[in-house]
Amino acid sequence: MPQSSHWIVRRLSHLDGILLTLVLLLLGVSLAVVASASGQSPARISGHLINIGLALGVMVVMANVPPHLLSKVGPPLYAAGVVLLIGVALFGEIRNGSRRWLNLGVMAFQPSELLKLALPLMLAWYFQRNEAVLRAKHFLVGGAMLVVPFLLILRQPDLGTALMIGASGFYLLFFAGLPWKVIFGGATLGAASLPVVWGLMHDYQQRRVLTLLDPTSDPLGDGYHIIQSTIAIGSGGLFGRGWMEGTQNQLDFIPERTTDFIFAVFGEEFGYVGAILLVGLYLAIVARGLVIAARAPTQFGRLMAATLSLNLFTYVFINMGMVSGILPVVGVPLPLMSYGGTALITLLLGLGILMSVATHRQLNKS
Amino acid sequence: MRLTPLKNLDRELARFHGRLKAGAAFVALLAATLLAREFYLQVVQHEHYIQRAESNRISLVPTAPNRGLILDRNDQILAENYSAYTLEVIRVQTHDLEATLAEVGKLIEITPGQLRRFRRLLTESHEFETVPLKSKLSDEEVAILAANRYRLPGIEVKARLFRNYQAGPGMAHVVGFIGRINDRDLKRLRESGREQNYKGSVHIGKTGLEQSYETLLHGRTGFDQMETDASGRAVRMLSRIPPVPGKDLRLHLDLGLQAVAEHAFGDFLGGLVALDPNTGGVLALVSRPGFDPNLFIDGVDPDTWKELNESAERPMVNRALRGIYPPGSTIKPFMALAGLELGVRKPTDSIADPGYFSLPNSRHQFRDWKRGGHGSVDLRKSIAQSCDIYYYRLAVDMGIDRMHDYLAKFGLGERSGIDLEGESPGLLPSRDWKQRRWKKAWYPGETVIAGIGQGYHLTTPLQLATATAMLANGGKRIEPRLVQAVRDPLSHVWQLQPTVARGQVAITPAHLAAVREGMMDVMRPGGTASAAAAGAPYTIAGKTGTAQVVGIKQGARYDESRVARQHRDHALFIAYAPAEDPKIAVAVMVENGGHGGSTAAPIARAVFDYYLTGKRPGNMKLEANDATE
Repeated sequence: MPQSSHWIVRRLSHLDGILLTLVLLLLGVSLAVVASASGQSPARISGHLINIGLALGVMVVMANVPPHLLSKVGPPLYAAGVVLLIGVALFGEIRNGSRRWLNLGVMAFQPSELLKLALPLMLAWYFQRNEAVLRAKHFLVGGAMLVVPFLLILRQPDLGTALMIGASGFYLLFFAGLPWKVIFGGATLGAASLPVVWGLMHDYQQRRVLTLLDPTSDPLGDGYHIIQSTIAIGSGGLFGRGWMEGTQNQLDFIPERTTDFIFAVFGEEFGYVGAILLVGLYLAIVARGLVIAARAPTQFGRLMAATLSLNLFTYVFINMGMVSGILPVVGVPLPLMSYGGTALITLLLGLGILMSVATHRQLNKS
Repeated sequence: MRLTPLKNLDRELARFHGRLKAGAAFVALLAATLLAREFYLQVVQHEHYIQRAESNRISLVPTAPNRGLILDRNDQILAENYSAYTLEVIRVQTHDLEATLAEVGKLIEITPGQLRRFRRLLTESHEFETVPLKSKLSDEEVAILAANRYRLPGIEVKARLFRNYQAGPGMAHVVGFIGRINDRDLKRLRESGREQNYKGSVHIGKTGLEQSYETLLHGRTGFDQMETDASGRAVRMLSRIPPVPGKDLRLHLDLGLQAVAEHAFGDFLGGLVALDPNTGGVLALVSRPGFDPNLFIDGVDPDTWKELNESAERPMVNRALRGIYPPGSTIKPFMALAGLELGVRKPTDSIADPGYFSLPNSRHQFRDWKRGGHGSVDLRKSIAQSCDIYYYRLAVDMGIDRMHDYLAKFGLGERSGIDLEGESPGLLPSRDWKQRRWKKAWYPGETVIAGIGQGYHLTTPLQLATATAMLANGGKRIEPRLVQAVRDPLSHVWQLQPTVARGQVAITPAHLAAVREGMMDVMRPGGTASAAAAGAPYTIAGKTGTAQVVGIKQGARYDESRVARQHRDHALFIAYAPAEDPKIAVAVMVENGGHGGSTAAPIARAVFDYYLTGKRPGNMKLEANDATE
């Protein structure tokens, strides 16, 4: 079999061609939408380009770190994350009513961000280590690894991030083989305890949920974001109003429209057809990620690839669901679309790991 | 030490692949949910959301039209517009209203009166409405406020159109005034579907012509369709419908004549209506006292309002239109005509007047105003000397029902239909009316006093003038009109308003001539108003009257000099001139004026002199116009 140039690139750079193509396509769309949403602000566009460049660099670096090295980073990273979370609980800075930030002198830092990758890495490392002797107690330990940071973040309070991190941990346990009966049992128990959870929720969290159920109850306050973004999306129609032609966007009616609400701009200007294509691109990335997982030679690779894929789509679902008015407003950016360096770098870091898993399997086997 | 059994790796891998499929199914489910939601928003509900996006984006900014002018018959301005800067407050935008007011007070002078008026308006307005604090700012004040605007949230300086009534208090009852649109006005506008047309308007006609011609004067509001951003800032104009200014009104009324009439009243209060008997045009309409209509435009301050409303002189009541008084002897020409037309009397019939009249089988004496009576009295003399006994008998011979029906033909007891609102219908009594109103039978004695315009009968000066005009024009009943012509603001063409006739009373010429002769005799030596006609270069036909203010007991006599002024009788006078070819008909009512011949008739004379010969009263300065200060 003649070795294609594609194969050579893959061997030399450890980049996965399909994933790279999809990522570049999405980033291209993102650039166009950010340009439109920012009113073609040169500062925003160049800032976005710099972020993209940086994040792509991180992705390339990560792709070249072999999985077995990566798996070793899990435990220290996780330990550091949990320590920092405890630090936050004790010494953290309060902003907007919740204690999420750690002041490092030069910059403020949210340790919960660290856990988004540290928790899956830790769990994947743990399940790889015990791959051959997996028993119920391992799931109990894994569950404990999940619950500790989850609770710490929950009491900051930051329900959104806690749930996202909880989800990533759960995905990993799920792919590691968490028995179905535990899953269903847990789900039933969770549903039954919803009223208790409601009682434990903070006022602003309850309000967000209520606003979601009836945005018109507070059209100028909490409901404003949802009302304006659904108007934008709905007015887009089948084919959209055209790039830079969305009035909800151009006339400032959509809040946070380069960041969390960028999908409203996209929906207004590119319509339902655009939305189908966009969701299609995300599904393609997830599909590629699951294929990589299926082909991964190690347990660590399999678990990481599958978890990162599902995680990505969870972000997509939560963001688009919130902007479309079916989920409460939580501060989750749309992966690969929203403006913002940290989120983009974290995401491409994850995709870099995916590529590493994809391209290091022959190497590992040999 | 126990060995942990190794798991079957292939089976584990197969299970992982199963989990991958479950994960993929989960993702597909999420994706389907999202796309279903977007389908609902973007396809199913697209129309709804595109409309909401449009209404988000497009705002209609109203442009108020210029209000029409009001001019007298010689195009003298009675009501006009001017633009001025106003200091306005939007309460909801001020952080601390009191602090803001105090701050403004430091910058420019705010009088306590302005502050009181402002507070009264505040109580009547919604907190997001603009409420004027001070109008007609000087250039300096505008500059000071503009420089300090940044620290005075909720304070605005706006260029507004104002109304100026330069003809003064004398015209207030005719022209009326505009005032700020209140909740009642809004409700009315909404009910009549005119609310949209007042989107940019602050004022609306409240009284007088400003009220009755509101629709014509206001014009049509224009709209600028603006594209606005989320903060409400206009980005660009999409389309523009320019406002259509209101129509100008030209009156029949002569401002000079009005001033002469006003002046002729001197210190007396009362009302006067002068009509052109051929067109129904109102040449003058006086109600004394007047008031300054300019006070009301931006809300009157509470003290002034109280003063105007609680004054015993009741300056806000239009006496010409709403003041109701017994017609007294001014009814006699109409009674005489009724007697002739109904065949109850002939012009030559004479009666003997002993000074009193009694009904058969009654000892009650109805007296003549003249002790001892007028001797032998025929129709002409009965009018000239205002003989009561003649009319007592005539009334009894005619009966109340026939009397009512005939007098009704002259519009007595009915609204004249003038183009002003709030006219009182007065009251023309009848047997039916008494039964309906009081559930009581009619007494014969009531017929007797009805014959001389006393008892239940009530008229307005306007009604008397309209009836007098019918004597002058031979029975044509024409609705009085203040407005003669209306000018379209775009074409500048004056369009004459039609004369509205309400029919013609057929009168035998000989009968009418006899009554007219009697009315001319009133002004001749021996007549009750002869002094008022002395030296007139034209012939006047008139009739005096007095309306009782306090009842006089049987057997007592009324002595004018011995009662306090506010208890004196009201003096009445109706007349037209020139008698041969009437050009003007007048009804005058002087409150507590005593005798019609001595106080009311000279006022009519002054009006005739000015209208027919251009002569002003000797003691009235040329161009004197109580109106302009």
